Amino acid sequence: MKPKQFSFADPQLLAFSLRGAILKANPFVLWRNPVIFVTEIGAMVSTLEIFLSPESKFFTVQISLWLWFTVLFATFAEAIAESRGKAQADSLRQARTVTMARRQREGREESVSASELRKGDLVICVAGDLVPADGEVIEGAATVDESAVTGESAPVVRESGGDRSAVTGGTKVISDRIVVRITSDPGQTFLDRMIQLVEGAKRQKTPNEIALGILLAALTFIFLLVILTLVPFLLYLHAPVSIPTLAALVVCLIPTTIGGLLSAIGIAGIDRLVQHNVMATSGRAVEAAGDIDVLLLDKTGTITLGNRMATEFVPAAGVDLLRLVDAAQLASLADETPEGRSIVILAKQQHGLRGREVLENQARFVPFSAQTRMSGVDFPESDGAPARMIRKGSGDAIEAFLRKQGGELPESVQQAVDRIARDGGTPLVVAEGKEALGVIHLKDVVKGGIKQRFARLRQMGIRTIMITGDNPQTAAAIAMEAGVDDFLAQATPEAKLARIRREQEGGHLVAMTGDGTNDAPALAQADVGVAMNTGTQAAREAGNMVDLDSNPTKLIEVVEIGKQLLVTRGALTTFSIANDVAKYFAIIPAMLMGTFPVIAPLNIMKLRSPESAIISAVIFNALVIVALIPLALRGIRLRGLTAQVLLVRNALIYGFGGLAAPFVGIKGIDLLLSLLPWK
Amino acid sequence: MTTSFWLTVGLFFVLLALVSWALALYLRAVLDPNGKTWLDPVLRPLERWTYRLCGVDPRKEENWKGYLASLLVFNLVGLLLTYLILRIQQWLPLNPKGFGPLSPDLAFNTAVSFATNTNWQNYAGESTVSYFSQMVGLASHNFTSAATGIAIAAAFLRALARTRAKTIGNFWVDLVRITYYLLLPLAFGMAIVLVSQGVPQNFAPYSRAQLVEPVSTTGGDGKERRIEVQEIVQGPIASQEAIKQLGTNGGGYTNANSAHPFENPTPLSNLLEILAVLCIPGALAVYLGLAVGRRSHGWAVWGVMAILLLGGILVCWHAEAEGNPLLVELGLSPSEGNREGKESRFGILDSALFAVTTTATSCGAVNSLHDSYMPLGGLIPLFNMELGEVVFGGVGSGLYGMLVFVVLGVFLFGLMIGRTPEYLGKKIGASEVKMAALSILALTLSILGLSAWAIASPWGLAGIANAGPHGLSEVLYAFSSTTGNNGSAFAGLSGNTPWYNTTLGIAMLAGRYLMLVPVLGLAGLLAAQKTVAASQAAFPVSGGLFIVLLLATVFIVGALNFFPVLALGPILEHFLLHAGQTF
Repeated sequence: MKPKQFSFADPQLLAFSLRGAILKANPFVLWRNPVIFVTEIGAMVSTLEIFLSPESKFFTVQISLWLWFTVLFATFAEAIAESRGKAQADSLRQARTVTMARRQREGREESVSASELRKGDLVICVAGDLVPADGEVIEGAATVDESAVTGESAPVVRESGGDRSAVTGGTKVISDRIVVRITSDPGQTFLDRMIQLVEGAKRQKTPNEIALGILLAALTFIFLLVILTLVPFLLYLHAPVSIPTLAALVVCLIPTTIGGLLSAIGIAGIDRLVQHNVMATSGRAVEAAGDIDVLLLDKTGTITLGNRMATEFVPAAGVDLLRLVDAAQLASLADETPEGRSIVILAKQQHGLRGREVLENQARFVPFSAQTRMSGVDFPESDGAPARMIRKGSGDAIEAFLRKQGGELPESVQQAVDRIARDGGTPLVVAEGKEALGVIHLKDVVKGGIKQRFARLRQMGIRTIMITGDNPQTAAAIAMEAGVDDFLAQATPEAKLARIRREQEGGHLVAMTGDGTNDAPALAQADVGVAMNTGTQAAREAGNMVDLDSNPTKLIEVVEIGKQLLVTRGALTTFSIANDVAKYFAIIPAMLMGTFPVIAPLNIMKLRSPESAIISAVIFNALVIVALIPLALRGIRLRGLTAQVLLVRNALIYGFGGLAAPFVGIKGIDLLLSLLPWK
Repeated sequence: MTTSFWLTVGLFFVLLALVSWALALYLRAVLDPNGKTWLDPVLRPLERWTYRLCGVDPRKEENWKGYLASLLVFNLVGLLLTYLILRIQQWLPLNPKGFGPLSPDLAFNTAVSFATNTNWQNYAGESTVSYFSQMVGLASHNFTSAATGIAIAAAFLRALARTRAKTIGNFWVDLVRITYYLLLPLAFGMAIVLVSQGVPQNFAPYSRAQLVEPVSTTGGDGKERRIEVQEIVQGPIASQEAIKQLGTNGGGYTNANSAHPFENPTPLSNLLEILAVLCIPGALAVYLGLAVGRRSHGWAVWGVMAILLLGGILVCWHAEAEGNPLLVELGLSPSEGNREGKESRFGILDSALFAVTTTATSCGAVNSLHDSYMPLGGLIPLFNMELGEVVFGGVGSGLYGMLVFVVLGVFLFGLMIGRTPEYLGKKIGASEVKMAALSILALTLSILGLSAWAIASPWGLAGIANAGPHGLSEVLYAFSSTTGNNGSAFAGLSGNTPWYNTTLGIAMLAGRYLMLVPVLGLAGLLAAQKTVAASQAAFPVSGGLFIVLLLATVFIVGALNFFPVLALGPILEHFLLHAGQTF
């Protein structure tokens, strides 16, 4: 399901959309869209006139036909947007084949259909199994092929505990065995929700769409009023007017273009998000994304390349470098964190020390704990070797550790710690017994190109704030290097939440990404919270979007998609309303010409005849909807411009263009009509 | 001709800008309940005493519903009181000529007219209403209806400037402060200047003058009468004139209004009267910038109003200066222009300037007869009123009317920057759009709906004097003028019939209250919102681009609706006239 593009000319899609267009033209469905509903009423009234009015059937037939086309073109726009979503949903559905699950109940394993699984059930998945439903790994680790959901073919690791414990229904376990606790009932899984969303079944109008709908309805009502009151004025002047002409005038003046394309624009927006492998829980979130002006970005993985890497060993004064490296490696052998692994690797690469089978030495590993804030290893006394106690941790943690045993942190070590911290690195002090051996320099590596992206965001008026657990010194150095506007150092979940609240109090709209359970409150508080698909269930439920690629940088694209949606909607509204000017100049003179030939100078387009003028205007009005469908579905490109430049550009293209286009279009159609043999 | 035109117009706009700026600074003190003005020593005790007398706690603010309720109660009481006075004036004092009661429909029309700041006059003042009715029933509204309009604008601007606020001010405090600190001193000063120009200010009886050249007329009874004596109007004209202009009221002391030499004697008084009409609306636009902390925004809105005013002046002056082609054909010099219906003391430019100004603002005082303008010259006053009186507009109502267009404009074009629309940090959502759209809808419905009814009904047709498109213009003008709360009339329509008195009264009520209720509702919504932080990514509310977009909004949302009917009225008449057909 990677960005799958659907061609407009796909015959199957077209046929499907046409059927949808006709179904949607049902007035009992259509009344929800007042603009197109009024158009349909106009078409009906005009059609009735074919049979009732004795004169000029040919004109009435043409007007009626084009009014019906207008209705169908508008419903077609929505139908084609939905069809594209459906096509995407179908490819998703293939992943949702009926699977059998091994349910674990009271210690026994039983085979049940995936549809029977309920929240809280435990299932076992071994290599080759499809994960039957969304869940959380509670035991074991496995590699999983998630290409069905993410389109990414490289398998990923899912393991119990930590922030990579979530598995998605429909993905395939490739190796090992895991026990999964099911977290959703049938029909409620992630895949189900995604299908519903892209199909448009669950689509609700977004706040801005509702507001625009109200304005369009009000304009429709006003224009209806204008035309209905025109009748007595015309009668007073003894100027006859036909009902099809009035219907044509109404339809030309009411904003049919945007009225027909509005919902297609919304559906296409969500669709674009899905194509970027982001799934939104509502269209509202997409719209909110356009308004975001503060991005909270986790340093790790977003701004810097994953994790900190050991880059240097700095021995204490009078300590042999190799002794430090050896102790550091021993202390890290059992440390499965990326930092721990990078220490082992650095020791191997720089000093040729290989990882030893330490279990033989009956070593006891001391895992990192929040109380001691250290990890390390203990060796009992054996084979004459004395007992050893190696620890690594932050400067102050080790200092406390040394003090307890009557030692202290030497001046040289303290200096190294300060220097590393100043440079934005993380110092890790290694100690054995009551002696400090030296410092490991862990360093963050800023991602390439990220600085340019932040500059582009700044241009769009978006401020970036880096969130990090580092101390302020370290954070400042990295913030400087990455070019973020601000940073939040030593961030606890509470601090993150408080920061979001503070920004919101100041009138900002905040977006953030997160994956851990402790991110959940902040994700829920943020205006746009993008949870990583690899994240915990809590995080995924708290956010209003889930990124299937688990790429924190995706937030930037999400904001752009939101903006694109709003720009497209605004530009087409402007275009639609600006079109009215020319249509007035086509139809009003045409209405009066018969009774008052002196009005001819108002016919500034020099259209051939009153009938041709009215028909040309109606044809233009109908065709412009079709012509703009591709733009509505594709969206208007942003190109990272400032608001001011964007506004000027769009005002010129869609405002001024909207003013000029119908003059050219209507005149052109009028000329073409004159070439027809039966005229 | 052109040089002198541009000199006059240029000087006029410079003067207007200066007056707007100076008065805006003063408004800042007046519209702040704790503001300090140099009139405090005199007026502060009077203000406190008024609150105590009326039992108003000046520190207690109201939410938008409370503010609206106070306003409506105050207006309703004033309206009923005036209606009552007009109906029982025969029993009241100061009725030397013994005028009887007004008919119920005329009393209704007149009471509504003055309560809504319209001052549409279906009665002839000299021969219908007593001095008591004039002073207590009608003149008092010149102050209170103006203060009501300014109060709403002040409340709206407070709403814009506030964040998460429940209240938008205290109506009674606004009313009292605007009347005491703004309208009374300004009117006092202006009356003095008018007196210096020769406008009478006395309580003397009408003078009688012996005619040097007696004239003969034939009365309705067919008998010839010789007139040798003329009665010359006297009274407190200067004070009436001052508030009539300043409060954009427009109800003249005499039937000839500002064309009468006693109301408007000199070119200086003419300029002064035009500036007086524009000064408070202009100052309010500038004050908008001060109130929300963005001066450039206030001037941008002022600029849009000025551009629309200038455009109107240009078209109107051009049409009038061209003159009537039929008369030119008969040998009249084209340089004479169209002088029909214009006071020769003022000539074409000063008449056109006055006509455009009085209809752009909702004043409605006239110094020439708009009915006698060329079709396109008369189109401008009509167009101004149909825009909803937002080209400076009525005192207060012009600004809040324009702000409705600003809100709609920001909503229409704001999306194009890729954010949901916001105005001065306030999000424009469904409820805000609903309120803004309702107020536009009310105006269109009132003007077009009632005009259509008039033109299709025997009662409406009965009042029309001229045939064809000119007759249509007369009806349209009447309902545009009353709906816009302007009050100027296109002569030719006999409005004093029960049907017209009632429908025109309804138009005035609709134009005033169906507009201000959604506007105050919008103010309540905006005040309650938190303010989104300003950033360079926000929609620009000043500068050339904003001005162009706001102009486009006014034209597309406000003006385009009236294009069809204007095409049938003045535009059609223009073409017919050039083809030799008149009405």
